[in-house]
Amino acid sequence: MARVFYPVESYSASEAGYRLLPFRFLRLESNKELLVNQVGEFVVAPFGTAQALIRKQLTRGSDIYATFKAKQFIADDSSSPLLDLLATKYRTKYGFIEGFTKLHIFVVTLRCDHSCHYCQVSRQTADKSTYDMSYETAGKSVELMMKSPARHVTLEFQGGEPLLAFDVIRYIVPLAKRRAEALGKDLDIVVTTNLANATDDMLFYLRDENIKISTSLDGPAFIHNANRPRPGNNSYELTIKNIERARKILGYSKVAALMTTTQLSLQHPTEIIDEYVRLDFHSIFLRPLSPYGFAVKTKKKTGYQLDNFLNFYRTGLAHILQLNRAGYNLAEVYAKILLTKILTPDGTGFVDLQSPAGAGINVLVYNYDGDVYATDESRMLAEMGDHTFRLGNVWTHSHKDIFTGDPFLNLVSASCNQSLTGCSDCALQPYCGADPIYNHTTQGDIFGHRPTSNFCKRNMTIIKYLFDLISKQDSELMRIFFAWIQNSSLSEVSKAGPS
Amino acid sequence: MRLSTAGVPSISFNRPVVGKVSRELLPKGKRTQKILVTEEVPTNTAELIGYSGLLTTTDFQQQMELVPTISSVQSIDHLRTNDIIAMEPKNGFVRTLYRPDSNHNVIFATQRCNSNCLMCSQPPQDRDDADALVRRNLQLIRLIESPPKRLVITGGEPTLLGEGLFTIIAALRDKFPQTYLHMLTNGRIFAWPAFTARLAELKHPDFMLGIPLYSDDSTVHDYVVQAQGAFDQTVIGFHQLARYGIRIEIRVVLHAITILRLTQLAEYIYRNLTFAEHIALMGLENIGYAPRNMDRLWIDPHDYQDQLESAVEILSTRGMNVSIYNHQLCVLRRSLWKFARKSISDWKNIYLDACQPCGVKNDCGGFFKWATKLHSNHIHPLPAARTPVSAE
Repeated sequence: MARVFYPVESYSASEAGYRLLPFRFLRLESNKELLVNQVGEFVVAPFGTAQALIRKQLTRGSDIYATFKAKQFIADDSSSPLLDLLATKYRTKYGFIEGFTKLHIFVVTLRCDHSCHYCQVSRQTADKSTYDMSYETAGKSVELMMKSPARHVTLEFQGGEPLLAFDVIRYIVPLAKRRAEALGKDLDIVVTTNLANATDDMLFYLRDENIKISTSLDGPAFIHNANRPRPGNNSYELTIKNIERARKILGYSKVAALMTTTQLSLQHPTEIIDEYVRLDFHSIFLRPLSPYGFAVKTKKKTGYQLDNFLNFYRTGLAHILQLNRAGYNLAEVYAKILLTKILTPDGTGFVDLQSPAGAGINVLVYNYDGDVYATDESRMLAEMGDHTFRLGNVWTHSHKDIFTGDPFLNLVSASCNQSLTGCSDCALQPYCGADPIYNHTTQGDIFGHRPTSNFCKRNMTIIKYLFDLISKQDSELMRIFFAWIQNSSLSEVSKAGPS
Repeated sequence: MRLSTAGVPSISFNRPVVGKVSRELLPKGKRTQKILVTEEVPTNTAELIGYSGLLTTTDFQQQMELVPTISSVQSIDHLRTNDIIAMEPKNGFVRTLYRPDSNHNVIFATQRCNSNCLMCSQPPQDRDDADALVRRNLQLIRLIESPPKRLVITGGEPTLLGEGLFTIIAALRDKFPQTYLHMLTNGRIFAWPAFTARLAELKHPDFMLGIPLYSDDSTVHDYVVQAQGAFDQTVIGFHQLARYGIRIEIRVVLHAITILRLTQLAEYIYRNLTFAEHIALMGLENIGYAPRNMDRLWIDPHDYQDQLESAVEILSTRGMNVSIYNHQLCVLRRSLWKFARKSISDWKNIYLDACQPCGVKNDCGGFFKWATKLHSNHIHPLPAARTPVSAE
C-alpha cells in the first residue's frame, strides 16, 4: 500500500518557542561558558550562549538547540519535557544518600608510637586504661552502629594506632559480624594503621577475618620520616617493609596507602608519586592538609598557602597523566571522584565532597570514650576543646536522640550546597559539596562565606581545571579518566563486549 | 536461500495449514501435521490420506479433496525434511516458518505497525492479521521439537498483538525456557505502565527487547519513524522496562539522517539509558521503504567512519557493550573491527564478486542479498589479517 512520508518540519516545535528548565552557568577561561543542568550534564559553549539561551534567541533546528533540548536545559512543544526522566536521573545522582550512615569509624585507642606533626589526637603513653575503648563502650558502639538503616555498612578502626589496642579489635570484629548477619547487613571492615606494630599473628587475623588495611605513606624516606617522627626515626623503612609483609599475608589488593600533604610535600609532587609507583600502588590521593586540631596549632610547620597546594596538585596530576599515557595505571582519587560526578550519571558518597555533607549522614565516629562525632574532623576539634559537633554518647544517646538532637540538626541546616549562598547559583554545585565543619573551623560559622573560603576556591579551581582537560577532545585522556572511574586499566577500557 | 514459494491451491483447500515437511512417503500412522513435499504424486491419491497437506511441482489438474494441496509449486528444493511451513489457501503461498538447523528463526508476529520508518526493511501492511498469526504461531511453537538456541519475535510491531503476544511469549517460556528470546519492537507501547507490567509478569527467563532510538533530538527520531511523540514514548518505555529489570538492546540504523547526531546520541544513551545491555549500530538495508527514500537516506559508510568511531569510543570507554552490525571490514576503520559482528541472517547473507580474493572474508559479515544494487563504493579485497580479527 502507498504510505505517505512527511518532512522533518512536521515533527519540529511550533513558533511558540521554548521554556527553560533549571540550569546554572559559569564563565570559563578562553571565551568559553560552562552550562550545567540539574543532574550534572554539561555543555561547554562559546561566550554569550547562556545569554542567548535565556533570551530565547536560539534557533529551532540548530545543533545547539537540539543539544540543549536533549540535555533537558529547555523544553518545547515538539516533545514532552520528560520530567520523570530528569527526576530519575536526579535520584540516581543522589543515590549515595540511600541507606543513610554507611561509614562507621571506631577510635579504639588514642595511643600511638608516632608523633606526626599533622596529627591531632595521638598520645604517647603505655597506659591502656585511659585512652583505649572499653569492651562495654565497644559493645554499645556496635549496637548504635547497627541501628543505621544502611544495608551495607563499613566499620573502620582508627586511632591513635588501632593495632596497639588489638584486643579491642578482636572483641569488636566477631560482635559486629554477628549483629550484621542477624540484621541481614553486608559488613566491610577496614583498619587504618601505620603497621609499625603489626605482628604476623595480627596480619593473619586480619586476613582470616577479611579485613582490609589502609596505611600511611607520605612519599620517599626524606619526606615520610620528616612528616612522621617516631623513636628511631625509621617510620619509612618500617612502612615499606610492612606493606610488603602485609601484601604477602593478606593479598596485594587488601593493602591501600594514603598520603598526607605537608609544606615539605608541596615541593615534591613527582617524588611522592614516583614512590607510589615504585611500591606498585595504582591509586594515589593528593589530599590537602585538613585545617584541624594540632595541624592548626602547628601551622608554622605544616601550614601552607592554598595556591601552593593547587600548584602541587596540578603538577602532580600532570605527572600522573603522563605515567598513565606511558602505560602505568595510576588513578588520582580526588580527580576520580570529581570526574565520576562530571562524566557519569552516578553520584559518589565521598564524605568530604558531597551534598548533603557526609557528616553524620554518611559517616559517624565513635570515640574511645563513647562520644559520637559527625566526622573524624569533629572529634579532632573536640580534642582542641570545641565540642560543637559532638552528637552524643553511646551510653546516654539513642540513634534517635543523636539524629534529632540539636547538634545534628544544626549541622544539617548547613549541609546542602543547593541552599547555601554562593553555592546555590554556582554552575559547579552538582559536582561540589558542603562542609559545615570546615566552615565552622576556618570561618567561625557553619554556613561559611564563599568568597573567602579556601574550600570553595580549591574545589572551583580543581573542577575548572578538570573541565579544561575534558574540553581538550583527547580520546586517550578520556580513556584514562574512564579507566579511573571504572577501577579498570587503560587496556581494559573500551574493549569490545561479548558478541 | 529462499523462504517462500507459491503454486496453485486446490479448490477444496480453504483453511491455512501449518506442518512439517516430509520428503518421502511415511507410514500412515506418522503423517499427522506433516506436509508431503514431492515432485511425483502417487497415481492413487488415496495413498496420501493422513497428511495435513501436499506440495508438488507437478501440474496437478485433478480435484484433490483428500488433502489440502498446492500444485505447480515453483520450487521445492529449499524445503528440507522437518522444516515447518505454512500453506495459504487463498494465494497458494508457501512460507518457511522454521528451519531446525538454522540459528536465525523468527516468530513473525504481525504485519501491522504504528510507526512508518523511512528505511523500514519490512514495510507494514494495514490489515488485521492478528488472530490468524497468533493461531499460526502457537501452532508453530507446538510443532518445534528440540529447543532452539535463540528465537526472534519480529513484525511489524509485535506489541500490537496485545494479549496475543503475551500468549505467544508464555507458550515459548513454558515449552523452551532455555531458549534465548529476542523481540524487535519500537518500544512505544511500554510507555503505558500496565502493558509493561503485564510483560514483566510473564517472567521469561532469557528475554531481551531490541528497541530503536535514532537521535537524541526528539524531532529527528519522530521524523525517522514518521510518528509524532514516538521519541517520548520510546524513552519513557525504556524507563518503564528498566523498572522491571527487563533487558534492553538499543538499535540504531545508520544513514544520512541518523549519522548527524550519532555522537550526541551515544552520550545521550550513556546518560539516560545506562541500563541498556547492548547497543547495536547497524548498516542500512536496501530493501522495503529504503530504496524509495534513498535520496535522503544514503551516505556511503566509508564517509561516516569518523562519527561511527567516535560513537563507539564514547560508548565503549563508558563500559557500554556496543556492536557494529551489517558492515564490511574493508569499509570499517581498523579500530572498529573488534566491534563488528557477523550479524546478517543466513538466508539473506551474501558476498560480492569483489570479496572472492579477500583474506578476511571469513571474519567479515558480508552483505544483505539486496546490497548488490547499492553498497559502499569502497568495497575491496583485503590481505589476510596477521592477528585474528576478533583480537584486534
